[in-house]
Amino acid sequence: MNWNRLLAMAGKEVIQIKRDARSIAIVIAMPLVMMLAFGYGVSFDTKHIPVYVLDMEGSQQSQDFLKRFQSSVYFNVVKAVDNYPALIQAIDGGRCQIGIVVPPDFSNNLNTGETVRIQALVDGTDSNSANLGMSYSQAVVQAYSQQLQLQWLQRQGRTNIQPLVTVDARTWFNENLESMSTIVPGVVALVMAVVGTFLTSLTIAREWERGTMEQLISTPVTPMEIMFGKLAPYMAIGLFDTCVCAAMGVWWFGVPFRGHLSVFFLSSILFLTVVLSMGYFFSVIAKTQLAASQISLIATFLPAFLLSGFMYPIDQMPAVIRVITHIVPARYYMAILRNVFLKGTSITFMWQDFMALAIFATVLGFVATRVFKKRLD
Amino acid sequence: MIGRLRHMLIKEFIQVFRDKRARFFLFGPPIIQMLVFGYAATLEIKHVHTAIVDYDNSQVSRDLISRFEGSRYFDIRTRLAGRQQIPDVIERGDVTMAIQINSGFAQNVRKGQTAHIQVIVDSSNSNTALIGLGYVNEVTSNFSREYQLKSLQRTSPFTIAHMPKIVLDNRPWYNTDMSSQWFFVPGVIGNLVLVIVVTLTAFAVVREREIGTLEQIMVTPIRRVEFILGKTIPFFFIGLFDAALISVVGTLWFHVPLRGSIAVFVLGTVLFLLCVLGIGLFISTVSNTQQQAMVTAFFFIMPSITFSGFGSPISSMPEFFQYLTYLNPLRYFQIVLRSIYLKGVGLEVLWPQMAAMAVIGLFMLTVSVLRFHKSLE
Repeated sequence: MNWNRLLAMAGKEVIQIKRDARSIAIVIAMPLVMMLAFGYGVSFDTKHIPVYVLDMEGSQQSQDFLKRFQSSVYFNVVKAVDNYPALIQAIDGGRCQIGIVVPPDFSNNLNTGETVRIQALVDGTDSNSANLGMSYSQAVVQAYSQQLQLQWLQRQGRTNIQPLVTVDARTWFNENLESMSTIVPGVVALVMAVVGTFLTSLTIAREWERGTMEQLISTPVTPMEIMFGKLAPYMAIGLFDTCVCAAMGVWWFGVPFRGHLSVFFLSSILFLTVVLSMGYFFSVIAKTQLAASQISLIATFLPAFLLSGFMYPIDQMPAVIRVITHIVPARYYMAILRNVFLKGTSITFMWQDFMALAIFATVLGFVATRVFKKRLD
Repeated sequence: MIGRLRHMLIKEFIQVFRDKRARFFLFGPPIIQMLVFGYAATLEIKHVHTAIVDYDNSQVSRDLISRFEGSRYFDIRTRLAGRQQIPDVIERGDVTMAIQINSGFAQNVRKGQTAHIQVIVDSSNSNTALIGLGYVNEVTSNFSREYQLKSLQRTSPFTIAHMPKIVLDNRPWYNTDMSSQWFFVPGVIGNLVLVIVVTLTAFAVVREREIGTLEQIMVTPIRRVEFILGKTIPFFFIGLFDAALISVVGTLWFHVPLRGSIAVFVLGTVLFLLCVLGIGLFISTVSNTQQQAMVTAFFFIMPSITFSGFGSPISSMPEFFQYLTYLNPLRYFQIVLRSIYLKGVGLEVLWPQMAAMAVIGLFMLTVSVLRFHKSLE
């Protein structure tokens, strides 16, 4: 390998990137846009669930009960309706997700000790937020019921009734259960997957498509030099973007960074090597930009999004899919990123993830060089 | 005009379907994505990996533990001898949660005093942590209630019959099993149509420009309107076909019910296609190279998906972004898709969404056609 030729190759690539003002903007904007889109657009902490209430009794007691929903941060009581059809229409039309129905004999039954049944009509379309909504309303009703029982027992002269078992929960690593802390470190891996594979696969396919690759081949540049020269600028861009993402995550979204920077960079370099090699590989086999971009989206972005544990926990997936996730490099990078940001785990706990990334980097890097050689013949 | 348009269309269809790989890209990736999404995208937490430390080792503590074991939501992975082992298993990711019962637990319960159990949760995935904690609370509060009732029953059986009781009847509608697949599968149709049509349309025009064939076409008698129609009509049909293909896969493979009318479904898809064709054309007018087009499309697509309510409810986004979603055609299409699929409602409910898509679609198409004229000059 000749360093001069490699540098010249890299220099040419840098000029090409620089010439196109938009691509520079993209390099900076990519992490920003992705961070904003995911940081604000994706949230697991379902709050302010829109609720309609139908109070068929309209007594002070029933209003007192419904106030519990109003004062909860999880619910946003949008409107009180006075008949059943209106409630159903609201749920059908998506104006509310939950409809709470208080029966006409609410306070009467409370006084006689008859079990009162409150109905919650839930739009289950969005199963996750519906599930949360149901358990939040369950909690509201239970708390109210317990309070009434306690008061009642006290009136009966029993004072030693208290909740028997209480749960002291300690949430480690993400104390306030912020979904941003879950999402933001993961976005770094997504950005890397896009920058690494998507952008690179396009640059090389472009040379094929425009016919400039044949010109390159006719020069004394060796395949290895072409590969390293092409990829070096994108490695730099990728590293720059990881820094932008991390800085934004920490300073804008307030996500903690508890691990070592060295672990962060080491894993990022390994992962970038993996995705750059994949991007290179795809562009060599695809030859056109459309095909290259499609393959790289399917092969890197999609798995990084769906199969890496980014949003959807791997241990909840069906067994077959779980096995498949082992060949998704982003899975290991995602695990390391979470550790570095939230847990501050030492590298000794993560050596398996690092090993996996290193193996992927070596194998894919090797494959990428081989593939190109063949094409030169 | 019809004759020229026909030739233009024939050329486009030939170009799109010419090579085997391109044909595969039109139909392969959507199906792959549908399958991966259907299986991997689940926010349901069905089994929380849990470790247990029981310092009390009494009958009561064993009773509580057996309730965790019996619950389908917990997967008791390991019993630890002491609390000092907890950090280790959590940091390695073996378990998400550790439940610790201190000595004296049974004594407190028998005396009717409050007994604490300690729960440590790995909240690096806030969704899992939140739901897991909810399950713990459910198990322990059932446990508490039973013990309290038992002790009340022993001392004053008469009392209980008259104690006020409120229970909540949760009735999830439309998606009674609360299946994530039912939620995600209709949504994926929207995402895929957006991705496929926007990228293909943007690429088709920019490719001609990049290779230089656009100028050749411009010197032929083809008029601009014919050119634009020729470029968009094939993708309109491809989009329609893909939507149909993915829905068939979703319905037959994942058994998601299609409860509404197919005519409304088609109407919604056609209106949404107007929007995405307009957006694709617009991107092509602001891009000179395929790489630019691809990246611009990507920039547009990512936020469109995260701010559409596809993965998490719009009502839990920050307020500013909630308003922003009104500009997003995918937001309306997601509502239309899910309402038709799961709720089975028709135009009487969905007309505002349809109208919004029609307005956005016509606006985007007009703007891009006007810009398109300019960008050719």
